[in-house]
Amino acid sequence: MYPLQTEVMTMATKTTAKKTTTAKKTPSKAKKSTSKFSKATYLKWYKDMLLIRRFEEKLSQLYIQQKFGGFLHLYIGQEAIAVGTVSAQQEGDKHITAYRDHGHPIALGTDPRVLAAELYGKVTGCSKGKGGSMHFFDVEKGFFGGHGIVGAQIPMGAGMAFAEQYKGTKNVVVTSFGDGAVRQGALHETFNMAMTWKLPVIFVIENNNYAMGTSVERTTNVTDLTKVGLSYEMPSFAVDGMSPESVHEAMEEAMDRARRGDGPTLLDIRTYRYKGHSMSDPQKYRTKEEVAEWQEKDPIEHVLRVIKKNKWMTAKEIEDVNNWVKNEVKESIEFAEKSELPKPEEIYDDVYQEPNYPYIKEYLA
Amino acid sequence: MKTVQFREALREAMSEEMRADENVFLLGEEVAEYNGAYKVSQGMLDEFGAKRVIDTPIAELGFSGIAVGASMNGLRPIVEFMTWNFAILAADQIINSAAKMLQMSGGQIGCPIVFRGGNGQAGQLGATHSQSFEAFYSHVPGLKVITPSNPYDAKGLLKSAIRDNDPVVFLESEKMYGDKGEIPEGEYLIPIGVADVKKKGSDVTIVTFGKIIKVAQAAAEALEKEGISAEIIDLRTVRPIDYAAVVESVKKTNRCVVVEESWPLASISSEIAYHLQNYAFDYLDAPVKRVTQTDTPFAFSPTLIEAALPNPARVIAAVKAVMYK
Repeated sequence: MYPLQTEVMTMATKTTAKKTTTAKKTPSKAKKSTSKFSKATYLKWYKDMLLIRRFEEKLSQLYIQQKFGGFLHLYIGQEAIAVGTVSAQQEGDKHITAYRDHGHPIALGTDPRVLAAELYGKVTGCSKGKGGSMHFFDVEKGFFGGHGIVGAQIPMGAGMAFAEQYKGTKNVVVTSFGDGAVRQGALHETFNMAMTWKLPVIFVIENNNYAMGTSVERTTNVTDLTKVGLSYEMPSFAVDGMSPESVHEAMEEAMDRARRGDGPTLLDIRTYRYKGHSMSDPQKYRTKEEVAEWQEKDPIEHVLRVIKKNKWMTAKEIEDVNNWVKNEVKESIEFAEKSELPKPEEIYDDVYQEPNYPYIKEYLA
Repeated sequence: MKTVQFREALREAMSEEMRADENVFLLGEEVAEYNGAYKVSQGMLDEFGAKRVIDTPIAELGFSGIAVGASMNGLRPIVEFMTWNFAILAADQIINSAAKMLQMSGGQIGCPIVFRGGNGQAGQLGATHSQSFEAFYSHVPGLKVITPSNPYDAKGLLKSAIRDNDPVVFLESEKMYGDKGEIPEGEYLIPIGVADVKKKGSDVTIVTFGKIIKVAQAAAEALEKEGISAEIIDLRTVRPIDYAAVVESVKKTNRCVVVEESWPLASISSEIAYHLQNYAFDYLDAPVKRVTQTDTPFAFSPTLIEAALPNPARVIAAVKAVMYK
């Protein structure tokens, strides 16, 4: 059985690295100290999380109707991680993640229209229809992709952080991956070098407890993933991933550490994906009760409760936000559907920076 | 002109480019304090410091991925592999990440990065230390693959590779690092993708690349004494391939032998043969022949090495076969 939120909290204090026990706040305190965050922060969290969720709900319906193809890995349930990370960051910080990559760019402010267009393989997509669901990119917003090979983005993220350190900036790189990627050699090689070189990188396990259909318990003897970081003496914390407050606080502390030159942090952020691994997942590896149990801790409902409790929005204003989100999703789909598909000859664009690369073009020349 | 070793030519290329561009740096196993496993980077730590000449742990996948990430974020890494055999562990980052980043991101992010190191057999090192990766990496769109055969080409091509905005695979050889050759005193570049006619000839075209060119040259010398004039084309780059240079030569000689250090299936030699039957069919007076390594892993014993590799006698036999002599 996957630990409940209260158990996660206990673990957070139990597994804290010796080095980091002096940290100002442990993630477990975050939920009580909601006053730390402003009205504006809560309103933005609510709006962004709702947009991620409604966008994916609608797009997954269209996927089932075969309006577009490819894989579709939904972020639904994990939204608090993306928005709590983005609210903690500073201008110029960068992000890289795996193929479950719809949440991050939306949280960073990418127009959902170009994301919907990318899902449809349209030339107006964020990656010109060449990447698809798994390869969203928006460099201008600091989003360095959606990557398809499990764990491959872990060294890449550390390398992006290496470049920040090399150039002498104070920026950090948030490198996200799932619990399944913790088993890849690339992670262990990278943790070792990132600690040796004190790279300004935050490693985020979006720990939804399932590597596709295989639970954490079935793939390892070390089920507390913070121990993986601790074995490299990396400050490592368990964080409640259903709470944007907890994510924000843990992230802020990790980012401060990286900006000070004290190197990486591992955040094992406990979350849950409400939907299957991808759209073709019958989800026989878990019970409906388990899903329902996590949905009770839904981050969007939680943030809305805080907003209502503090009377930060009237019922009418909440309705307005909901309608705005609904309209954004509607317009995104209209934009995607109306956009053009890439022309066949565009296959030769963006493979090489060199403008006149001599491709072998038999039968196409 | 001055005479330098192959390793010195490579070192000059890297050092000149690092002096010119602060964003260029070198990382790999033993490149800094040990001065390079094959002394290619000797003295570079002293000149550029530990920030730019970086020793890595033995973690090819990890440090290649870190270099790819650095190249995504404004730097221009040179990754040294002790040999390309070990780079198989890094193939995910070379093939899945570096080669595809520009296209996957719709042109937003490129990877200006050079992966370089020793390639191919280097004597009695056994099966896992003796492989040639020209065909392997040339298969992958998004990469450029360079196979220098002498110090002059090595320096000019490596400088071009470091300045190139696309990911480059640069295949050297432990057996070539001590080779001497003349290079100009000053700076020069050699463009990527342009073959070099190493020897003019009229009777047969020998297409080759990398260190095995010496076998072709020895064969051509012996053939000259028998009155057979061989033209030798050094491809220098196997992605892209300078097909025009090959076709032009074959239009003149009407016969072709390809000499390649690696295995025969899905090889550069099969690619050249395909291209010639398609684009020079009417000019060919004989089927294209090739001399490659045997279709076996590389074994340890000297007799088995002799049996495996192209040698002058085999090249001479292939030339005589295409000349029906």
